[in-house]
Amino acid sequence: MSTRPLSPHLSVYKMSRYTLATSIFNRLTGIVLSLGLLLLVYWLTAVAAGSARFARAMHLLSLPAAKLVYTALIVAFSYHLVAGIRHLIWDTGRGLERAQARHSALVVVLVSLALALLLAGFVWFAGASAP
Amino acid sequence: MSLRSPLGRVLGLGAAREGVHHWWMQRLTSVALVPLAVWFVVSLLTLPVLDHAAVVAWMRQSWTALLLILFVLVACRHSQLGVRVVVEDYVHAVGLKTLTLVLVSFVHVLLAAAGVLAVLRVAFGGAA
Repeated sequence: MSTRPLSPHLSVYKMSRYTLATSIFNRLTGIVLSLGLLLLVYWLTAVAAGSARFARAMHLLSLPAAKLVYTALIVAFSYHLVAGIRHLIWDTGRGLERAQARHSALVVVLVSLALALLLAGFVWFAGASAP
Repeated sequence: MSLRSPLGRVLGLGAAREGVHHWWMQRLTSVALVPLAVWFVVSLLTLPVLDHAAVVAWMRQSWTALLLILFVLVACRHSQLGVRVVVEDYVHAVGLKTLTLVLVSFVHVLLAAAGVLAVLRVAFGGAA
């Protein structure tokens, strides 16, 4: 059983390809967002638990270390959203030629970077302030 | 000539016709999450203050509660399908893989239920 070939066959790929990078980063950002779900549900239950619990939760969520988490979530959200839309376009059969895919990979990186910067700017300079 | 294997013939099992179910659900939830996730992020960022009263007032608006519940449910399903594939790809020991997949499913169902319950409690006035 253990001698059967395993998928994904990581060893047969050239690890420097942009295709590999965009794919693995989509997966990685998906995992980060899954962890973000924990945070979302924690926050929602804190809202439901009343103002005292909410204040304690917001204190925890306002610690300096939380900024690292928000940065990861902003980057993950931006990339996963844009790369996910690229996947949905692929599912219609469009953009699968090699040159098109290379072009769209660049578009995904640039657009998601711009979106992440926009969101980060909004969160830290114009967004709602925690009490 | 039949393409079925002798073992398949003996067991009498055919295709369960669920081969594309995972793929289709992943796409369906993706399409739904594009507007839902964008709505959630924009709503959260445009709340004037993040104090309890403001958040509760926001969540008591009926469309907010509805969209939040949909967002939590769809995001949990999408996440569970995604994490499942990651586990299937990287955890190779059968026992450990099965155990991990069961835990992943349970955690996602728990998250979905807890999230929906929290939104409902606020929507129906449970949170003071």
